[in-house]
Amino acid sequence: MSAILQNVSTSLSASTSTFVGHNNLKVIKPSHVSMAGRMSAVVKCVASPSAEKTAYKTNVARNENLAKLQAGYLFPEIARRRNAHIAKNPDAKVISLGIGDTTEPIPEVITSAMSKRSEVLSTVAGYSGYGAEQGEQKLRAAIASTYYAGLGIEENDIFVSDGAKSDISRLQVLFGSNVTMAVQDPSYPAYVDSSVILGQTGLFQKDVEKYANIEYMRCTPENGFFPDLSTVRRTDIIFFCSPNNPTGSAASREQLTKLVQFAKENGSIIVYDSAYAMYVSDDSPRSIFEIPGAKEVSLEVSSFSKYAGFTGVRLGWTAIPKELHYSDGFPVAKDFNRIVCTCFNGASNIAQAGGLACVSPEGIKAMHEVVGFYKENTAIIVDTFNSLGFKVYGGKNAPYVWVHFPGRSSWDVFSEILEKTHVVTTPGSGFGPGGEGFVRVSAFGHRENVIEACRRFKELYK
Amino acid sequence: MYTSLAFSFMPYKTILSPRASITTQDNKNVYRTKVSRNPTMEKLQYNYLFPEISEREAQHAKKYPNAKIISLGIGDTTEPLPDVVASSMANYAYSLSTRTGYRGYGAEQGSKDLRKAIAETFYKDMGIQGAEVFVSDGAQCDISRLQMLFGSNMSIAVQDPIFPAYIDSSVIIGQTGDVEQGSGRYQNIEYMRCDPHHNFFPDLSKTARTDIIFFCSPNNPTGHAASWEQLEQLVKLAQENGSIIVYDSAYAVYITDGSPRSIYEIPGAKKVAIEVSSFSKIAGFTGVRLGWTVVPKELLYSNGFPVINDFNRIICTCFNGASRIAQAGGLASLSSEGFKSVMSLVDYYKSNAEILLETFESLGLKAYGGVNAPYLWVHFPGSNSWDVFNEILEKTHIITVPGSGFGPAGKEYIRVTAFGHRENILEASDRLRSLLL
Repeated sequence: MSAILQNVSTSLSASTSTFVGHNNLKVIKPSHVSMAGRMSAVVKCVASPSAEKTAYKTNVARNENLAKLQAGYLFPEIARRRNAHIAKNPDAKVISLGIGDTTEPIPEVITSAMSKRSEVLSTVAGYSGYGAEQGEQKLRAAIASTYYAGLGIEENDIFVSDGAKSDISRLQVLFGSNVTMAVQDPSYPAYVDSSVILGQTGLFQKDVEKYANIEYMRCTPENGFFPDLSTVRRTDIIFFCSPNNPTGSAASREQLTKLVQFAKENGSIIVYDSAYAMYVSDDSPRSIFEIPGAKEVSLEVSSFSKYAGFTGVRLGWTAIPKELHYSDGFPVAKDFNRIVCTCFNGASNIAQAGGLACVSPEGIKAMHEVVGFYKENTAIIVDTFNSLGFKVYGGKNAPYVWVHFPGRSSWDVFSEILEKTHVVTTPGSGFGPGGEGFVRVSAFGHRENVIEACRRFKELYK
Repeated sequence: MYTSLAFSFMPYKTILSPRASITTQDNKNVYRTKVSRNPTMEKLQYNYLFPEISEREAQHAKKYPNAKIISLGIGDTTEPLPDVVASSMANYAYSLSTRTGYRGYGAEQGSKDLRKAIAETFYKDMGIQGAEVFVSDGAQCDISRLQMLFGSNMSIAVQDPIFPAYIDSSVIIGQTGDVEQGSGRYQNIEYMRCDPHHNFFPDLSKTARTDIIFFCSPNNPTGHAASWEQLEQLVKLAQENGSIIVYDSAYAVYITDGSPRSIYEIPGAKKVAIEVSSFSKIAGFTGVRLGWTVVPKELLYSNGFPVINDFNRIICTCFNGASRIAQAGGLASLSSEGFKSVMSLVDYYKSNAEILLETFESLGLKAYGGVNAPYLWVHFPGSNSWDVFNEILEKTHIITVPGSGFGPAGKEYIRVTAFGHRENILEASDRLRSLLL
């Protein structure tokens, strides 16, 4: 297998990735987007073969869990390809509908709270140092009352974080290496990758594109993007994202009731990712805790990233009910609290000031406007692909459109779209084998760019 | 001299509040999942040290609602941010509400400008490039991310006494055995005793080989800054044993006496060491959250794989970058005006430390540290540090940190921080004098 060595200094630029992939997009074999990770001697940052032999090595063994990972994390890879494309086509106007990165300014009611907080930190009366690791009490209370009113989730059940991605890994540290997990297939890659890193999985099986010991719950148009639970093996942890990234599907009350029942029967814990809940347009549940009995079997992770454009500001939360207990009766929240106190030191106080403004009445209204804007984008993208005769999923309850390209490799389609329209998307197989044959188009973008991208799609696929 | 003072000791059986444990009796009717509690979490004997101190402060405040409690316990900065730093963050926050200024996800490794500024400010002439600097939301988070990087099959060595995060994160990630009831030490951790009699540096000839060696200098809690010769020995040991040093230099800017500020001042260190640091005690960013970790390109695992590649993967998967606003503040604090202003705050705390050193000296107590770090390590021979902590708290309403919270070698010591408003430092000094004279 040939792999192109990448000099560490370039591969660690702004959108870096340890993905030793191919620079020539046309030769990508979509089922072999793995790097020669196990051939670790090949991936060295020394300049010449002779230097390789004499380079000092410590006697510390590489963590074999890291070696199990097949490629770099998905999104830095998308960024790398976008940047390579821009470099190759300096005059092209590249439009990014790939990484789900917000583009619209944060409402002033929110940024002014952060500005104010920054200034207050320069005053004697207003300066504050370490905050509570679990988050500022006012913010915890406001999150509980805004998102969990009437659901029995209180302020002390809320742990404020620097974002869902960090929390997912902290939850994996909490659970440890001896737990089994299930994920939707396709799914946001952080669940699987963090599971591998923590040592919960076996090796990657190339033929099926799955890690051993993870239960992949296939979600397809045929099953309404909800797994057939009768075919799902018991695992300790079930990761479930709804509205879903990448398929855009929001589970119904009925489906979530089944999921909670399944967890109850199996004694499992659901990690429910509700980062896109504010995008729900119909009466699909916005929180797992809307389902009776859920508090005994689930915890919920969420984020201000896609509500308030906080992707760079960094703020989210995890809600852990008091009713959630391990098999020995120990409350999960107590151990998570210990993790948060030891492995974390609280979200930035300035970001938290912004968060408090987000959940003020004016802030909530402002967030709905931002969310509404992206939902309009989504509708435009959905219409475009519908009009071109594609089977299109998602797009109603989430800022993602899941477009079917039957019989085609998703990386090939990704490349084709990038080469011919200069639009970046995300290939479905990056989200798991269940994503093969699909491309995810994200709806974050300036309106004119979304319209232009759609115009180009129409040109390409007319 | 101390033992002649009238001090009543209440014997304390538990060092820290033991962690909540559940018996089957407590939760008979409560639904339990079938998910086993992570056995590594069960190994942790006590609550994390600093929330425990906070809890005691809160209890004391309840007991004495009119007391003016002075906190010289948790090392929390107290002085306002310099205007140039605060306004840079205020302006950056505001710019996020403009079309041209709005930014979404940043590079997980941190902004290029900031990485470069850190390399140039702290690692000038040491051959560390911006590409080897990873900006974080603080050293405590990075320590755990490093543990995730290393995995559970690692052996670690720590100084004794030491800032507890290295040990606790090691237990959590599964590198250790159970705690030994008598000593409070975890099996499979190599504790490197650091005593005043040996210049607060371990006897490396007695140190068993471990994969990782955590080394904090200037040290929290003892305040000792390792000398060039000592660090040279440490690097040599790491080379001989093929170990990786994780060097915590969070207090480097407090050094007064020319001791090394970075492990990379030692030749050969880039091949054996990672360095972790933080803006917390440099710029008062304890609540703002910003730090960094340096992983040199030359640092290789035994199979030749660069550690930096795997750390980068961790950062991209388990993290999403430090807050852009905090990074803007970090950059401002490294500008020429900004750096001058944050250094003057550091000087302020250093002057606090001098005052406290004088106070303890005048009382005939041996206080170590306080010269290269914002911590004093005060010896109360023959005592139990929790008893001393409680006595000081009860009688002077001053919060300190009992030395045994940092490891068994801290048993007879109290850590006193130099962070505080000047008037509180002076007031605390008066109270200590009236108590102990």
